[in-house]
Amino acid sequence: MTLHEHDVIVVGAGGAGLRAAIAAHEEGADVAMVTKLHPVRSHTGAAEGGINAALRDGDDWELHAYDTMKGSDYLGDAPAIETLAQDAPEEVIQLEHWGMPFSREDDGRVSQRPFGGLSFPRTTYAGAETGHHLLHTMYEQVVKRGIQVYDEFYVSELAVTDHDDPEDRECHGVVAYDIKSGEVTGFRATDGVVLATGGDGQVFDHTTNAVANTGDGPAMAYRAGVPVEDMEFVQFHPTTLPSTGVLISEGVRGEGGILYNDEGERFMFEYGYASNAGELASRDVVARAELTEVNNGRGINDEYVHLDMRHLGDERIYDRLENIIHLAEDFEGVNPVEEPMPVKPGQHYHMGGIETNENGQTCIDGLYAAGECACASVHGSNRLGGNALPELIVLGARAGHHAAGKDMEAAQVPTGPSAKSEDETSLETPVSPGEIGVDDDVAADGGAIADPKAVVENAVERERQRIEELLERDGTNHAEIREDLQKAMTENVNVFRNEEGLKKALEVIRECRERYQDVAVADPSRTFNTDLIHTIETRNLIDIAETITLGALAREEFRGAHWRQEHQERKDDEWLKHTMISWNGGSPDLYYKPVILEGENKEYEPKVRSY
Amino acid sequence: MRERAEANLKDAEETVKLKVFRYDPEVEGKKDPRFDTFRVPFKKGMTVLDALIFARDHFDSSLTFRHSCRQAICGSDALFVNGRQRLGCKTQMSELEWPVRIEPLPHAEVVKDLVVDMEHFYDQMESVEPYFQTDELPSGEEQKQTRENREKVKMSTRCIWCSACMSSCNIAAGDNEYLGPAAINKAYRFAMDEREGEAMKEHRLNIIEQEHGVWRCQTQFSCTEVCPKDIPLTEHIQELKREAVKSNLKFW
Ligand SMILES: Cc1cc2nc3c(=O)[nH]c(=O)nc-3n(C[C@H](O)[C@H](O)[C@H](O)COP(=O)(O)OP(=O)(O)OC[C@H]3O[C@@H](n4cnc5c(N)ncnc54)[C@H](O)[C@@H]3O)c2cc1C
Ligand code: SF4
Ligand code: FES
Repeated sequence: MTLHEHDVIVVGAGGAGLRAAIAAHEEGADVAMVTKLHPVRSHTGAAEGGINAALRDGDDWELHAYDTMKGSDYLGDAPAIETLAQDAPEEVIQLEHWGMPFSREDDGRVSQRPFGGLSFPRTTYAGAETGHHLLHTMYEQVVKRGIQVYDEFYVSELAVTDHDDPEDRECHGVVAYDIKSGEVTGFRATDGVVLATGGDGQVFDHTTNAVANTGDGPAMAYRAGVPVEDMEFVQFHPTTLPSTGVLISEGVRGEGGILYNDEGERFMFEYGYASNAGELASRDVVARAELTEVNNGRGINDEYVHLDMRHLGDERIYDRLENIIHLAEDFEGVNPVEEPMPVKPGQHYHMGGIETNENGQTCIDGLYAAGECACASVHGSNRLGGNALPELIVLGARAGHHAAGKDMEAAQVPTGPSAKSEDETSLETPVSPGEIGVDDDVAADGGAIADPKAVVENAVERERQRIEELLERDGTNHAEIREDLQKAMTENVNVFRNEEGLKKALEVIRECRERYQDVAVADPSRTFNTDLIHTIETRNLIDIAETITLGALAREEFRGAHWRQEHQERKDDEWLKHTMISWNGGSPDLYYKPVILEGENKEYEPKVRSY
Repeated sequence: MRERAEANLKDAEETVKLKVFRYDPEVEGKKDPRFDTFRVPFKKGMTVLDALIFARDHFDSSLTFRHSCRQAICGSDALFVNGRQRLGCKTQMSELEWPVRIEPLPHAEVVKDLVVDMEHFYDQMESVEPYFQTDELPSGEEQKQTRENREKVKMSTRCIWCSACMSSCNIAAGDNEYLGPAAINKAYRFAMDEREGEAMKEHRLNIIEQEHGVWRCQTQFSCTEVCPKDIPLTEHIQELKREAVKSNLKFW
């Protein structure tokens, strides 16, 4: 069996993974990246808007932290938010020093622009392709440093010891499937493994996320014993193109674009969804309004609404919104100068994820997470635009440094089941969640195997068998299961949530799990078998979908991106707490831990989130 | 999924046929390359990638192609569609002549079906020192760059490493060591960036002036025509040639 060994292994090579790898290298570690896509193919490249950082006179990190806390609807943890705001300026300057082509002012300094929810125009950008430049600039640094990249290697499981208490467990590496050769390979990490696998939008059937965003990291960490945090908080974007999910930026509405229903009514006003702000209301309000229109039979083709910018005139459109013309033409076959664009809400960003502290550590020794797959928590129940990219570089760097052994201040955010303040005792689910029957992934041995190399070798052997079986046996194809799962999630766990729908979703998820028991890979080939990869991903999607739905059912309030029909207000007395789910050997355990509102210099007072 | 596909096909107002290249070095029946035909329901807005995904998910899960972002930014799905290099996700089915013929990129080794080996392309990209280098950095603040200079390098920084240009280039097909349009464009991106300074520019011009560098280009414009990001590749190559001549004269 092939067994590679490095000090630090970074899984995933988007913004967070690249920054983590560079950081570990800065500390002198022998670091390798293992990634299912070549680094420049990562979805960080799709980010357009920009990176928030307090760089200018009149702005400071405390204002950035305040805005972020308010935007989070007081579900972010102050130590993590303040770390983000404090480190962001230095990290952004670092990107510039690595040559990132930021947009410039007349005086040659980097440009910043205003963004929703910010009290200062601190969104630093590089044209309409900030993420693309961030991704490529950091990959260039990885090439410069000669950091080893195993690309098109799919990480399918973590090599973690099997102590009863997750907080006693240690991570010694990962198992990866070499997509080109079909070999199951072990990667031993002597110092640490950093998960940076990005978003999980494929849980839904309509998303701005890439096809590769399947939540592999959170699913693997969850099954290895790390709790997932605040999974119910999923951000939806109101204006995405119906056939692909490609995002049409707020800019169109900002310039005066108008939303119409099938009857040609300007519904934001006509039906009183936002009588003042109209089209410029916040993302969740607009998204819910659009869906209400469709549900009441006023959608176009029962699916979408129209976003019209024709009245702005050719000149203004070409001047300010030219890239929108290309997006609509290329991805929807519509010329927005001549006809309105079809739009509908789509999944966009997942606030929840693998529980970490502000140094990227999980409760398992040697296992870290950073970027969208992680939850530190800096976004709480709602992410502000422009706050994900700084998270990648700030928390990516901290995770990489810590994994490589840098001496850092101890973190203040507690992790692991020992941080529990309260059990969830009253949750009623129509079907039981978690593993069906015995979980053969975890042969409980109470941590009997302690030798790091043996831990990795055992994990490789287990994965080899699992993959053999998937390839050898006959059974159902995963695609139908995935499709049904995604449909149920979009129907019941979107911007509208109620008890009945959430329970329905849990039932469908259970069915999907049952059908997955018979899943098989039809393609017998060992060469570039994407059928196999997608099949493994579908299992991860099922686990992630379940945690999102469980969290959504448990949280009986309306906070940030989470809206419940029966519970129309934010309930601070009861719900200023994080929803935690731990896999618990296959029978998920739901519990809570407190939110930390105590900052370095001040205590954040929950206020009404109005703008 | 086949049943769902039949239902979809029956409901569809229009259907379109794809002729897709198939090859797998280790699977009986696929060792000799062949074309498979798939009939898929057509919908307004449908891209070549959507059609491929439909065919894979409903008829043959072993149909293999790279893709991820679906929005022309990850550069995974450059394909040879009706005889031209295009990104599957950025090509509307309605713009093509039907049936649509889909093949892997020419001039690259086929790994399986529509997947080609990208190693050679990556090697070329990485051979031009594709990273920012400077000796002087201000501490605690950004380097200054004029708007004009940022504008100058703007198009060159848009490359998504899709390799369509390399695949379309006759010179690259004949000379395996030729850097190729994308790598030369990467060199341009740094050589023209004023933040690196004059000495580094000299160094960069030396790199692209090597035997298999800019002078191989015969300005056929095929790369510029296929680039999905509209990068004026041939122009960039020509400009580097002129810069190289200028700097050689300077040292004469
Ligand atoms: C359209 C769009 C626009 C956005 N705009 C903005 C914006 O303007 N500002 C902002 O701040 N944020 C924005 N965001 C959010 C932000 O871009 C993302 O949250 C962020 O880029 C995620 O980065 P990441 O490094 O965590 O993951 P990614 O960039 O998605 O990278 C994930 C990596 O993990 C690897 N991987 C995954 N699974 C495995 C596995 N099993 N084995 C091996 N490797 C694996 C992949 O190969 C990939 O390299 C936007 C998001 C979208 C979708
Ligand atoms: S230059 Fe254009 S065609 Fe060539 S790799 Fe880059 S984006 Fe693709
Ligand atoms: S799928 Fe990413 S470029 Fe086409």
